[in-house]
Amino acid sequence: MLNYATKRAFIAILTLLVASLVVFAMLEIVPGDPARLMLGMNATEDAIHNLQEQMGLNQPLAIRYFSWLGGLLTGDLGRSYTYSVPVFDLIMERVAVSLPLAAISLALSTFIALPVGIFAASKRGKFSDTLAMGVAQVGVAIPNFWFALLLVYLFAVTLRLVPAGGFPGWGAGFGVSIKSLILPSIALALPQAAILARITRSALLEVLGEDYIRTARAKGLSRRQVLYRHALRNALIPVLTILGLQFAFLLAGTIIIENVFYLPGLGRLVFQAITQRDLIVVEGVVMLLIATLVLVNLLVDLSYAIVDPRLRGRS
Amino acid sequence: MNIGKALANRSFCIGLIVTSVIALVALLSFVWTPYPVGAFDIAGKLKPPSAAHLLGTDHFGRDILSMIMVGSRNSIAVASVSVAIGAGIGVPLGLWGAATGGFVDEVLMRLNDLVFAFPALLSAVMITAVFGPGAINAIIAIGIFNIPVFARVARAAALSLWSREFVIAAGAIGKSPARITRDHILPNLASLLIVQATIQFSLGILAEAGLSYVGLGSQPPMPSWGRMLFEAQTMIGLAPHMALFPGLAIVITVLGLNLLGDGLRDMLDPRFQ
Repeated sequence: MLNYATKRAFIAILTLLVASLVVFAMLEIVPGDPARLMLGMNATEDAIHNLQEQMGLNQPLAIRYFSWLGGLLTGDLGRSYTYSVPVFDLIMERVAVSLPLAAISLALSTFIALPVGIFAASKRGKFSDTLAMGVAQVGVAIPNFWFALLLVYLFAVTLRLVPAGGFPGWGAGFGVSIKSLILPSIALALPQAAILARITRSALLEVLGEDYIRTARAKGLSRRQVLYRHALRNALIPVLTILGLQFAFLLAGTIIIENVFYLPGLGRLVFQAITQRDLIVVEGVVMLLIATLVLVNLLVDLSYAIVDPRLRGRS
Repeated sequence: MNIGKALANRSFCIGLIVTSVIALVALLSFVWTPYPVGAFDIAGKLKPPSAAHLLGTDHFGRDILSMIMVGSRNSIAVASVSVAIGAGIGVPLGLWGAATGGFVDEVLMRLNDLVFAFPALLSAVMITAVFGPGAINAIIAIGIFNIPVFARVARAAALSLWSREFVIAAGAIGKSPARITRDHILPNLASLLIVQATIQFSLGILAEAGLSYVGLGSQPPMPSWGRMLFEAQTMIGLAPHMALFPGLAIVITVLGLNLLGDGLRDMLDPRFQ
């Protein structure tokens, strides 16, 4: 187990290192000098030169990479060119919106998808199964941002139950803040729930076709007992992988949904940074998201090994 | 696969009909649309659906049906080129990994994981940050995301074929791994790859719509479904039809492709027979 964990962790670190190289290299080839950008058009050559010196822009590429990487490890992501505040602070402020949004959506989609998937599998081939999977099939095809628009039209514009967009900030009170996250999380969660329900159903059906299930039935266990005691546990392994991946997609998905609801999260930050060519912010957010993805995948891999000892031997 | 079996598969039939209709509409838009897409008519703006404008008009008085028809070309073009990029690079890499095994295979798979760690949206954001927004950059971003998907599918299926007797026999009579891959592995993977291509195609349409929606995809004046939805957003209280129809176009297209993919898989995968 320890061996397996070390190997997985090593691969995760390697992935992050290569990712940091790719991100650094990509933003290195962008035309335009940050110092020039920060000081504006009227700056003197001397002032630009001084700032370049101060920011370390005139140092060799390799040195700049390693000092950036060192910064990443200590939580120093540099200073935003446009806001002139540390990128780390900027990101933390926005994570306070994006992370709860992604987490609520993940919980919501899991709570909807698992029961629906299990129900459909237990009624395989019956009308209720066909209906549930038909709805899921349509759900998979719905873009979340369009669904969000429909929700805004129905619940915010027509019924006026919730705000159409914006975020008061956690300081304004938990209730109002959560209220403005309701529609965004439903919009994010439902299409994901459709995918998860389909996967849960097919994973369960696959397991139900195994010999040991027939054995369990043959020795006299009821269908329910077999379903919940034997099948469900084994079916949860593929479901767990997808949950890990879904968290990643939800976090990335918040980038788009935040734009529908004007939420001041990571997504809005990235788009503002792109239009203002504030690339150091883009770098920071992208690295943070990738690190989260890699970490989540690592945790999923490790939790497998705990759930299923057979996987420990494999690399 | 015989025709009788294909007709008996409901998903396949519905999927095929829907996809064909959409492809035909896209082709039709080259020669005919109800109104020219560039035709502004400020006096007739934000009109709900009527006999003159079946799906209504937008905030510039443009005919929404015409824009959806022309927009379909954009979605189809972006999705098909990015599938071609993914399959064109991913499949050879997967086959190569499966054929050589060992170190090469390990390196290829780790690279795969790396690309996989970047969600398509995130790489699109990076690419646009560097090169500016546009349809080409959207294609590249979605295409890059498709590479590891095809590489994994090709590798996994090829690996199981390599242990089959007819492949071992081909090796025993002296065929090189490259020739075995071309003559025996690839033809047996074709159906699986077609199914995967259908799935990636529908994901590509969704991804393109998302990117255009946030302004990272194709740029005006080329109509695109995603941007139509972006423009509809500020008008949602005045003209909900502006948001409804482009979204329905996306849902119907993606649904059709998914049904087609599911139907194809059911017919081609012996486990489902």
